[in-house]
Amino acid sequence: MHTTYNDLVFEISRKGRQGYSLPESSIEKTDLKDVIPAHLMRETPAELPELSELQVMRHYTALSNKNFGIETGFYPLGSCTMKYNPKVNEDIARYSGFSNIHPLQPEMTAQGALELMYRLEENLKEVTGMDAISLQPAAGAQGEWSGLLIFKAYHEANGEGNQRKKILVPDSAHGTNPASAVVAGFDVVEIKSNKEGRVGVEALKEAIGPDTAGLMLTNPNTLGLFEVDIVEIARIVHDAGGLLYYDGANANAILGKSTPGEMGFDVVHLNLHKSFSTPHGGGGPGSGPIGVVDYLTDFMPSPRIEKDADTYKLTYDHPKSIGRVKGYYGNFGVNVRAYAYIRSMGAAGLQQVSEDAVLHANYLKARLEPYYDTPFKSICKHEFVLSGNRQKKLGVRTLDIAKRLLDYGFYAPTVYFPLIVEECLMIEPTETEAKETLDAFADAMIEIAKEAEENPEHVTGAPYTKSVRRLDEVTAARKPIVTYQRDTKAE
Amino acid sequence: MDKQHRYLPTTKEDRKEMLETIGVSSIKDLFSDIPESTRATKEKTVELEEALSEQALTRYMKGLADVNITTDTHAYFIGAGTYDHYIPSVVNHVLLRSEFMTAYTPYQPEASQGELQALFEFQTMMCELTGMDVANSSLYDGFTSLGEACNLATSATKRNEVVYSGAIHPQAKEVVGTYAYGMEYDVKEAGLDGTYTDMDALKELVSEQTAAVIIQYPNFYGTIEDLKAVKELCDATKTLLIVMANPLALALIESPGKLGADIVVGDTQPLGLPMNFGGPHCGYFAVKKKFMRKVPSRIVGQTTDEDGKRGFVMTLQTREQHIRREKATSNMSSNQALTALASSVFLSTVGKVGLQEMAQQNISHAHYVKNQLKAKGMEILSDDAFFNEFVVKCNEPIEEVSKKLLEQSIVSGYDVSDYLGTENALLLCVTEKRTKEEMDTLVDVLTGEGK
Repeated sequence: MHTTYNDLVFEISRKGRQGYSLPESSIEKTDLKDVIPAHLMRETPAELPELSELQVMRHYTALSNKNFGIETGFYPLGSCTMKYNPKVNEDIARYSGFSNIHPLQPEMTAQGALELMYRLEENLKEVTGMDAISLQPAAGAQGEWSGLLIFKAYHEANGEGNQRKKILVPDSAHGTNPASAVVAGFDVVEIKSNKEGRVGVEALKEAIGPDTAGLMLTNPNTLGLFEVDIVEIARIVHDAGGLLYYDGANANAILGKSTPGEMGFDVVHLNLHKSFSTPHGGGGPGSGPIGVVDYLTDFMPSPRIEKDADTYKLTYDHPKSIGRVKGYYGNFGVNVRAYAYIRSMGAAGLQQVSEDAVLHANYLKARLEPYYDTPFKSICKHEFVLSGNRQKKLGVRTLDIAKRLLDYGFYAPTVYFPLIVEECLMIEPTETEAKETLDAFADAMIEIAKEAEENPEHVTGAPYTKSVRRLDEVTAARKPIVTYQRDTKAE
Repeated sequence: MDKQHRYLPTTKEDRKEMLETIGVSSIKDLFSDIPESTRATKEKTVELEEALSEQALTRYMKGLADVNITTDTHAYFIGAGTYDHYIPSVVNHVLLRSEFMTAYTPYQPEASQGELQALFEFQTMMCELTGMDVANSSLYDGFTSLGEACNLATSATKRNEVVYSGAIHPQAKEVVGTYAYGMEYDVKEAGLDGTYTDMDALKELVSEQTAAVIIQYPNFYGTIEDLKAVKELCDATKTLLIVMANPLALALIESPGKLGADIVVGDTQPLGLPMNFGGPHCGYFAVKKKFMRKVPSRIVGQTTDEDGKRGFVMTLQTREQHIRREKATSNMSSNQALTALASSVFLSTVGKVGLQEMAQQNISHAHYVKNQLKAKGMEILSDDAFFNEFVVKCNEPIEEVSKKLLEQSIVSGYDVSDYLGTENALLLCVTEKRTKEEMDTLVDVLTGEGK
């Protein structure tokens, strides 16, 4: 992975080169002066690079060699479910009948696409135990926001819109939860986790009231722990007139084992780029469909999809809908991959996915427990947290452990999250890693723990084997350079 | 499961060994924390469609795909926000490199320099095209970028209202409406003057309570709005100007930054992304420097490593939800890194000259069709400055026109009759991909001279 290539695409550009070919147009060229007012004609062309086709490929290949993906190696990023992204799903998403179709072409000419969406919704209803699904939200955070707008619309419809302005969020929640609540127009009330790392029934009872719109919960939570009191929690929230939101980031732990519907949740989002194997793409595109129980279906984003005899239709007449949250029908191409995944696994396969994901996490935890602090002893679900507190006393911080793992050929776990665990390392191995890989990772973590005792400077100086050494993030934020500065070519 | 699944490496023997190490006797013990009343049972199972082998899967999915009409067999004259453009082969080849495709958000920059540099280059290209100072590394799509822009504008100005032109995309209006419902600000619409924004109506609506005016450029009907005039109007009330721009058109029309825009957003789908039935596409978001610290989602910055070597990191993260939680500027977490990469590869391949040539072909082709229709007596409803889309008034309902065109293997334009309040109004798009023969067939059918 080490490479010395360090050019920006702009620095290898040379005037006159080109990497494309457009057909000679047989149409007479329109003189721009005749059709665009002078003051709206572009004066200075955009400075885009000029490269040959091979130069383009070589540049991006060099960059890819400086990047770590799942196929490069083990990627134990907690709450991100970095499982294998099946290749055949990439082939399928590229079928012309899925990729080269226009969202506004007549519905009768896109029945296959609509059927796929309908079938995916039907399967996701089963997985979540919900009564209706919308594929429109583009990612988990957008699913959260859409779901919370549904909370808002529901309370307004009941005449309680002005009264119910508070969303309860546990302190272990993903950062998107409180942020989504704010952009949906709510105030956030944080609930402290109890000693066992879960939402305490007493703390909940104290926080809840007639001003509560609802509670957002990730289950299992970000500590990898199942909320064992979920039935009681759901009862408390509903008795108080609130609604219960399921953040599906950690759904990989419960597929086929239970459903948010059975647990008493009212609105759910799933991250298809996590539990359902679609590639993360370096940060996106994802897909964050939401599901709701029957009394909330009227508020779902519009349009929705319907089957009428053998014809699939989009329906737009939903007066109580929160409206449209994104263009067209969501990230269709991502949804194609997720549907292909579901059809590859089936119900028994998905159940096996969760069993192995949970088994792997508990196995890694058992192997690492003697060497790292484990704040929560009980069995975990698909992920678990360690604390680097023991190593911190030796002068090695969690960030150093993360960087050192890169030298061992692994990506790092999620670090310093959840915020309630000091020097946190959050590890999610997923079901698609072989035991040998888990063992190699455990061995590396154990080796690093030893290094921290015997040679801490070696750990704090990591990484040594990547294309760059540790980067100065402080200066980057203080004196931001966010575009290429033409006059400052680096050496 | 009795059979070993191809995606699952863990064998019975592995399971046994791992359970021993954990110190429990069965997998069941690992799920004992799920309350019994909520567990799936034999009577209460999750029912999914049956699992398929790889071969059965591809055959089945091909069957679904083949039901749809595509650009392989039909000439598309529909745009309305999503466009059928040339995509060089190299774009897909770069995307398929798993180091990009299967990575996540670059939380460990030392192991993610490729992604970070590619996004830094993307930000630079977006700033070049839009004439702005700072661009983020992408958002979900053009419409959500616009929604985020409205949230930024209302928060930055502490004003509680935005005014959009009636000539922005109807779905953009809907998405802005949803964002406004969330953040609880007002939305007003200035009507149309032909296919332009009605400047008098706009002037009437904009006041010192208006956070921002939103203009699409070229607008939904293809018309190139006079941003300069809008900017002057905004200045009178210190209202921000948000422009939603087609980045391909910006190769030839003046950049919104130069004309005074404060925030420029849009979708890079015309730059190397397949139409994908509407997604994934890629939103871009660019601002003047003074708004840098209010931008939503990821921004990549340049820095140096311990040895002084240039490198890249996610920066200004104190804006973001994973640090700031309820105080963040937005709830955005994931971006559209892979589709942003596609547009970067596209722009690197087509380049400075190629993008202008491509944009010119769009203008020439669209004007050729417009001139042919006009010469044959058709009324053009947007017969003024336009890029690759315009509105023609047809002689019969659009549904009928569409059917006739489908018989000629043509996917017709978009029916905008309801939006314009005129019968039989068809929004046509003519890209560089359309051949003279396809254009002539279209003209023949629309003018009633076809077979």
